[in-house]
Amino acid sequence: MTKRLIYLDHASTTPTDPRVVEAMLPYFTETFGNPSSFHSVGMEAKKAVAEARKSIAQRLNAQEDAIIFTGGGTESNTLAIQGIVRAHRAAIAPAKPHVVTSAVEHHAVLEPLLALKKAGEIDLTIVPVDAFGMVSGKEVLAAVTDATILVTIMMANNEIGTIQPIADIGRGLLARRKERKTVYPYLHTDACQAAGFLSLDVEKTHVDLLTLNASKIYGPKGIGLLFVRRGVKVSPIMIGGGQERGIRSGTENVPGIIGFAKAFALVSEEREAESARLTVLRDRLVEGLLAIPKSRLNGHPTERLPNSANVSFLDIEGEAAVLYLDAEGIMASTGSACASTSLDPSHVILATGLSYEAAHGSIRFTLGHATTAEDVERVIAVMPGIVERLRRISPVNLDMKYFEKTTV
Amino acid sequence: MINPPTTTSTQGDVTGAGTQTGKGWFYTDTVKDHFFHPKNFMDDEAVYRAQFPDAAVGMVGSPACGDAMKIWIAVDPETRRIKDLKWKTFGCASAIASTSMMSVIVTEGEGKTLEEARALRPQDIMERLGGLPARKVHCSVLGDKALRAAINDWYRKQGETENIEIEHGRVIDPETKVTDHDIEEAVLDGCDTLEKVQAKLKVGIGNPACVPEVENLIRFYKEKYFGA
Ligand code: FES
Repeated sequence: MTKRLIYLDHASTTPTDPRVVEAMLPYFTETFGNPSSFHSVGMEAKKAVAEARKSIAQRLNAQEDAIIFTGGGTESNTLAIQGIVRAHRAAIAPAKPHVVTSAVEHHAVLEPLLALKKAGEIDLTIVPVDAFGMVSGKEVLAAVTDATILVTIMMANNEIGTIQPIADIGRGLLARRKERKTVYPYLHTDACQAAGFLSLDVEKTHVDLLTLNASKIYGPKGIGLLFVRRGVKVSPIMIGGGQERGIRSGTENVPGIIGFAKAFALVSEEREAESARLTVLRDRLVEGLLAIPKSRLNGHPTERLPNSANVSFLDIEGEAAVLYLDAEGIMASTGSACASTSLDPSHVILATGLSYEAAHGSIRFTLGHATTAEDVERVIAVMPGIVERLRRISPVNLDMKYFEKTTV
Repeated sequence: MINPPTTTSTQGDVTGAGTQTGKGWFYTDTVKDHFFHPKNFMDDEAVYRAQFPDAAVGMVGSPACGDAMKIWIAVDPETRRIKDLKWKTFGCASAIASTSMMSVIVTEGEGKTLEEARALRPQDIMERLGGLPARKVHCSVLGDKALRAAINDWYRKQGETENIEIEHGRVIDPETKVTDHDIEEAVLDGCDTLEKVQAKLKVGIGNPACVPEVENLIRFYKEKYFGA
């Protein structure tokens, strides 16, 4: 008998929904044309892309021409950051452009910002988060100066699921701009993790730029988008044939775009029911895991994505735990230094004030469409034994105080 | 206070060929076997103590930097062979497997003599494991160090202080007292550029004259451990 594989790593990526694959298929071999061509197969592809764009725009409550398709979330984030900085630095000169972000952003936001800072192109303020990983809207607004051209805060965190108060920040920034009669700063949000669970209505969140990708919402990999509010100028990274209003040159990934639109339609329709279903499973999972001694939930107790359960276990190392889970057919991930290419523990968990030790033992389970109540029970049944086994071979036996903030 | 993010922008900085991170991520079957079925780990210290009251202990690392290892050895005072070795490890699969394999190598046959055990290199352990991914090499170094610490502890307990081998290293930067060993460890911990080594050790910041030598050592250790 083969064990059922329990995939609980949906924040890393999701399987492509078969309905999405089906929608994409004709665009590989039949309607394979280049949307820039004038013959019929090109025009058909062009029409399909236009319809996909329209469908996505409607669900974001955005104009169609505000949607720029890209190669994924990382590209969209870099485009938003570099694109805004480079398009607007002249307007703010002689001041150096200033950007505000949070300590828990994805690497795809932090790294481009740090690179720009290092190159001397921007000044950067990284706003801290509280013990639940949440930024304070007030602190974000307080960090804004007259030189601030961009504020970039994620909608929900990929590691611990904490949902950020984007709409509050958006409202605050609107008020500030109005008062000072300026268009700056623009607000960007990385909504990749939030897409399946939260409303992305750009009029309600008041964002000027929004990153989305398909591979986190049961769509294909390698396709994302950047919403750029009408009137906001962004410098391109890719230049060439002038596709996507000159902001992102390169032949459109037609099957990807079709799949993206289909996936976004599906998760949007199923959003509320699926969120309610997963919240129940998530809470049961957390309850079961916290019954293990010396454990702690990472992330916000309530303002958290319905699929996110990140728990730290003291005295064990996450990579070892993930591999033991894998041997049981359960796929999860960890914020342990040992599992990262840089050998640094998760910056997100550290930013919540937890010690290195606690970050090392953090295990993230992210639920999805396929997750059942039985899956959750199986994890709850298996995890105590794994923790127990690893604790038996571990020479450390830390006090619960290691869950407290360690820095001075 | 809340910690700032620890990520420092290093991506995209071209530092020459052969970064250690780009390599594969696969463990060999031997590693897997030792990881899932660790040999000789210390299960019950009280029982062990009753059996080997003279056991010597070595501990290195701390969970804060990722790894911690503790090793107990029981030595025959006549033959100076290690009769028994037990361990505990806090670390990833490679760390667990390396310590497990080390315990097997040291105790197989009639057991290694203290001097033979001291001569054991991380490379020997890795070879028996069928190799480790490049960025996991440092995990195997720690077990080796804990073993040498335990051997020193045994000599200390015997009152044979002349046999204790302290690894001094050569001071490279008189200002920070950073030695070549410190640099070796930094490289093993993944610092593959001068910048990263300096972020960790502050070497040469107040004393730029030693920087060329630091750079030489980084190159040397990178080649030694990562073939890069
Ligand atoms: S113990 Fe941390 S990478 Fe091996």
